[in-house]
Amino acid sequence: MKKVKFRHSTSRLLLVSVVFLLSFTNLIHAQDTLDPAAAEQTADVIAEEPGSGDVANGKALFNSLCAACHKPYSKSIGPALNGVTDRHSIEWIESWIHNSAEMIASGDAQAVAIYEEYNKTAMPAFPQLTQVEIGDILAYVGQPKPTPAAALATDGATDDGGSGGGVSNNVVLGILAFVLIMLLAILFLVNKTLRKFAVASGVELPVKETRKPLYKSFVENQFLVLVTAVIVLLASGYMVYGFFMQVGVDQGYQPIQPIHYSHRIHAGDNQIECKYCHSSARTSKHSGIPSLNVCMNCHKSIGEVAEATATEEYSKEFYDKEIKKLYEATGWDPATQAYTGETKPVKWVRIHNLPDFAYFNHSQHVSVAGIECQKCHGPIQEMEVVYQNAPLTMGWCINCHRETNVKMEGNEYYEKIHEELSKKYGVEELTAAQLGGLECGKCHY
Amino acid sequence: MSSNKKYWKSVEELKENSSIVETLQQNEFAEEIPNDEFLGNKDLSSSSTTRRDFLKYVGFSTAAASLAACEGPVIKSIPYLVQPERIVPGIANYYATTIADGFDFTSVLVKTREGRPVKIDNNSLPTGRAGANARVYASVLSLYDNKRVKRPMANGQNVSWEDFDKKVGDALNGVTGEVVLLTQTFASPSTSKLINEFSGKFGNFRHVVYDTVSEDAALSAFEQKYGTRALPNYDFSKAEAIVSIGADFLGDWQGGGYDAGYAKTRIPENGKMSLHIQFESNMSLSGANADKRIAVTPAQQRAVLAALYGYVSGGASTSQLTGKIDEAVVKAATQLRKAGNNAVVVSGLPDIDAQVLVLAINEALGSQVMDTANPRMTRQGNATAVTKLVQDMQNGSIGAILIAGVNPAYSLPNSKEFVKALKEIEVSVAFSMKEDETAKLCKFVAATPHYLESWGDVQFTKSKFSLMQPTIRPLFDTRQFQDCLLKWNGSESSYYEYIKETWADTLGTEEWNNALHDGVFEGTAPSVATTAAAPEFVSTAVNNGTSARNLSTASEGKGFQLSLYTKTSMGDGQQANNPWLQEMPDPLTRASWDNYVTMSKEDADKLDLINENVANGALNGSYVNITMDGVEVKNVPVIIQPGQAPGSIGLALGYGKKEGIQEEMQVGVNAYPLYKDFSSIQYVNIEKVGGIHEFACVQLQNTLMGRGDIIKETTLEIFNTKDKHFWNKVPEVSLNHIETEVTSPEVDLWESFDRTIGHHFNLSIDLNACTGCGACVIACHSENNVPVVGKKEVRKSRDMHWLRIDRYYSSEDTFTGDIDKKDDISGLGDSLSQLAEMELPADNPQVVFQPVMCQHCNHAPCETVCPVAATSHGRQGQNQMIYNRCVGTRYCANNCPYKVRRFNWFTYSKNDEFDYHMNNDLGRMVLNPDVTVRSRGVMEKCSMCIQITQKTILDAKRDGRVIEDGEFHTACSAACDKGAMIFGDVNNEGSKILTEVNDNRMYHLLESVGTKPNVMYQTKVRNTSEA
Repeated sequence: MKKVKFRHSTSRLLLVSVVFLLSFTNLIHAQDTLDPAAAEQTADVIAEEPGSGDVANGKALFNSLCAACHKPYSKSIGPALNGVTDRHSIEWIESWIHNSAEMIASGDAQAVAIYEEYNKTAMPAFPQLTQVEIGDILAYVGQPKPTPAAALATDGATDDGGSGGGVSNNVVLGILAFVLIMLLAILFLVNKTLRKFAVASGVELPVKETRKPLYKSFVENQFLVLVTAVIVLLASGYMVYGFFMQVGVDQGYQPIQPIHYSHRIHAGDNQIECKYCHSSARTSKHSGIPSLNVCMNCHKSIGEVAEATATEEYSKEFYDKEIKKLYEATGWDPATQAYTGETKPVKWVRIHNLPDFAYFNHSQHVSVAGIECQKCHGPIQEMEVVYQNAPLTMGWCINCHRETNVKMEGNEYYEKIHEELSKKYGVEELTAAQLGGLECGKCHY
Repeated sequence: MSSNKKYWKSVEELKENSSIVETLQQNEFAEEIPNDEFLGNKDLSSSSTTRRDFLKYVGFSTAAASLAACEGPVIKSIPYLVQPERIVPGIANYYATTIADGFDFTSVLVKTREGRPVKIDNNSLPTGRAGANARVYASVLSLYDNKRVKRPMANGQNVSWEDFDKKVGDALNGVTGEVVLLTQTFASPSTSKLINEFSGKFGNFRHVVYDTVSEDAALSAFEQKYGTRALPNYDFSKAEAIVSIGADFLGDWQGGGYDAGYAKTRIPENGKMSLHIQFESNMSLSGANADKRIAVTPAQQRAVLAALYGYVSGGASTSQLTGKIDEAVVKAATQLRKAGNNAVVVSGLPDIDAQVLVLAINEALGSQVMDTANPRMTRQGNATAVTKLVQDMQNGSIGAILIAGVNPAYSLPNSKEFVKALKEIEVSVAFSMKEDETAKLCKFVAATPHYLESWGDVQFTKSKFSLMQPTIRPLFDTRQFQDCLLKWNGSESSYYEYIKETWADTLGTEEWNNALHDGVFEGTAPSVATTAAAPEFVSTAVNNGTSARNLSTASEGKGFQLSLYTKTSMGDGQQANNPWLQEMPDPLTRASWDNYVTMSKEDADKLDLINENVANGALNGSYVNITMDGVEVKNVPVIIQPGQAPGSIGLALGYGKKEGIQEEMQVGVNAYPLYKDFSSIQYVNIEKVGGIHEFACVQLQNTLMGRGDIIKETTLEIFNTKDKHFWNKVPEVSLNHIETEVTSPEVDLWESFDRTIGHHFNLSIDLNACTGCGACVIACHSENNVPVVGKKEVRKSRDMHWLRIDRYYSSEDTFTGDIDKKDDISGLGDSLSQLAEMELPADNPQVVFQPVMCQHCNHAPCETVCPVAATSHGRQGQNQMIYNRCVGTRYCANNCPYKVRRFNWFTYSKNDEFDYHMNNDLGRMVLNPDVTVRSRGVMEKCSMCIQITQKTILDAKRDGRVIEDGEFHTACSAACDKGAMIFGDVNNEGSKILTEVNDNRMYHLLESVGTKPNVMYQTKVRNTSEA
């Protein structure tokens, strides 16, 4: 895997340098061969061309002030801003941004129309924005939608990346194999020639004695047969045992889910705290699958993923389609920004499944013990598709209870028992096992 | 040595050239083997599948099945689309609501999981009216009854509510005769108001309230004296002397719920406890708990009451009572006078004169126990009105009848006439949860919701009210009776809004929310604008003397005196389709799945009726026919009941239902036809008929045989005057020729663990406070997913109750007498004859109830014998049972001295052989998700509700706080409103359980075995020295 990363960075370096060169040449169609990371950069570069505003500054301002309610190319809480300059005059936009409420109050027809259209949601006033800054923002949002180009670029990049390193390896291997075969052939030929010479020159070759075949002597040696039989039996017993012990242990189980939900994007890239969505893990025995209204908290305004989110394996279109599935399930119509009421529950495939006779409580581990989710669920922030990380066997549970010290500081409940038990065992830190965490009845009732 | 003897097999062989011998030598079977006939099925011969093929298929499919089993199934998880704010999966929510089914009226707390009610708890608020009984705890299962009416029906067809409204509306508009509303007691101010409004629509309207089990006499007596149709309220916690004449006030007498107050006075405190004298014919819970019980027939009860009135009021007694009974009455009167205003007399005689006298006696005593200013409103039925209604129905003057909450076609004594008349009535509407006897006959059936799906308000007493709120969305297409009336009144509002409006003056928004949260509130009933202004009550001079005379001169009928009663499990029979209740053993007879005639040994011998135990311990009994004025109840089994007054018999109501009830639950006989004139006392004739009835009785040994280490008992006098070593002696063994107490560590075979660290749970059971009501049994069922096994299995002693309440009779007059008798036995002959005698209970025995569950022994005999360590001990004192580890050897059950372990002989869930609630999706909704549903082949038993204690601990850990005393509880301890079960952590200094451990009355069951149980009992003290 490391190698893959390395390759990625070299190709990126390469592409960045190409871009650097191209930026001097002003070749617009150059982006056809670029990858997404580069595409964004080129986009910035291209936009600079009209000279009407600083796109980079505009982007920064847009992200900090406007992005909560506006998107450049689609409706959100407020209208899409791409093409706003065509709809309204620059002066009108400036005064709207500085104080929209005043405009509505004054009865400006356009202002009132927008206000009505967006459910009478008032836009906060931004009197601090200067004319130049507004110009920058407009320049940023005024850029043409770069999606198709980026997609093309993605495809191209994937193809290139796929062949690059692989070919050289194969070639080297192929050559090596060829050389080896050649060497063998030469050896054989040399041997043959030498024998011919020997026959020709009358040298007598030593004749091999015909010995008893190996298998016969093996069969005749009862001790060996016995030892082998024992070994074979033990080995097969071990394998059978191993086979049966993995029955019902679903470690690595990675089913295909109805919606391709990427924990990598949410918990990894965007650093969303696990318990923001899995909130019941704090209080309940279940961690809970977040209800879809929790998803919609964010996804009401996030209708598509950013360019940078897409990977080589999954394109932006792919992710956007998955978000569409969420909209379909909740009955959210992004065009009208309203719920249609037609809902469809999502049937997730359960991954972690303890048998009914085992009691496990998330809140005990998450809230009381303060254990990281990753301890059992693995590097969830890196999982594109979640799989079962731990075996979830009893031995695995017990082992952790034996090794883990219970977090007792600041918890009044533990004060008395900590004092008594630490005196009894003569230790400062107590493991879960010492507190009775190995008793059968604690998990089986 | 060779022999030339020739053996011949038949005479034929002696003949030479016999053709038969020849044939037989060639062919062993002379006749053709009838293969075709044997196989029978002609289709088989045409089948190409040979036996070998068949075996191949079997082998292959077995292999395929076992291979497929290795693959885990794909499980789908479907989250909420929009999660309700208050629902977190895995966390229980609690709602206060009220049961008001016309028989039980109690404020309860409902535990819901993910939006479905799973358990009923007591409303433990000090203002809440505790008193949930077994039926109330079991009512949650009736919510998930598969036999419920799922949608409205008109003329037997399913219709929509719109159609239903239209059809009923049209029908009612076209009615010519009188419109009658026949309902249960709702005790609801809003419903009263609503019915009043509804009546305005019709010119000719009548509302008849019908209590299935009538309290008419008591209601009428109270009405005569105090002007309100209500029942006096009793606070038995103030009582020092209680005399009950035929009133089972610990059971369902006058609405029940008096046992909690009673139990408070029964625990000796500062050397004092209440004195309870019971005159009764059937052995009831109250009689079983009484300090002195006098078995008298109902006719004698009348005389006793009259005499008691005479003695208490100071006048001369005119009783013709026989010496012993008269003596008892005199003593009772003395005790009553001594206790003064802390004395109380109660009576269950269905006789207005008797009830008038009871009120008079209590008034004469100045009894504080009886409260007439704040009477109970939970019985409103009017027997006269019901009787008149049936007459009018027969006359044909009734045009329409609306029946809500009652099942008169089943429960009316003259149900035949009612049924006949009902068929003739133009419009008949039944508001019902079941397609029962009445609903089947009605043209329209309005499907009503369960109380856990309904709104309502209930007036318990004059000033105490309660609210009913839904705890789940209606499972079916049902609509409340009140909502129907509102709709038909043309109102757009819901009943919920209507209730709010009714209480708008009393309850503001905040008060309403508080009332809904608490479930109960105090207040005054909102004034209802009645159509006819109630006439001012003029206290009519009630002539007590006449009543007394009437009672003592009441004419005696012929034959047996039958007392009809209600069982704590079945009540009036509304929940007959509830398997928990059917399988709950009767506290006294310990028989489940039945009702039966209870009869004294004397009478049974006369009639040649028998009870016998068959080889496997199951009980068999004779049948009788009961006849009374042309009414005949056939094939009623007989149980010989110690303590039954000779000349009297008892029979429980509420059984023998046939409609709207699953076949398995159609048990017992219907006793309502004998409930003539709504009087529980009747003269009947009994005749033995052939056949043997098979009971499902869970207790075989009825007496204690003088084993004082199982039940320790003493009298109040000894308790007060003697040292505890005298009346609560710890068994001793000889150690180095020194008698040493078995509790001493020196005689212990085991090494003890240090049990002072962390929690250590103990459960104390007070035999004085336990009335044997069985509420804990059902609470345990509901909490722990205890399966129902059915009558046949119970008969084989395969009942699964984790908690049983043993009932013992004394074989002498008292238990102390038993012990003396046993101690006096000397010699083998003596012991054989006398021990055999001791197996028979006395004619009027002392009774004791003892709840027994797993004793959670610290030195548990079960743990040491388990070959797979499936049962082990926890540091918190619990004896833990690990189902997934158990292989079902049953050694543990063999080695358990308390016989509390239950073996799963079968899979009881999803098994058609056990078609109870665990066999359908609806019924399984009641299962507690925190407790495993056990499978076949494993042992199970009481876990001391470890799931509850673990939750309490976790909650405290999460909050980072110390656990207060009283937080720990088990299902049984929480269900017992009598305080007979106290659960707690003995390592918590100052806890209540610690005082119980150190109580002088404390003892362990079978202490001499040395098991060191964590369950303890408190010695029973009887207040008998003075009576």
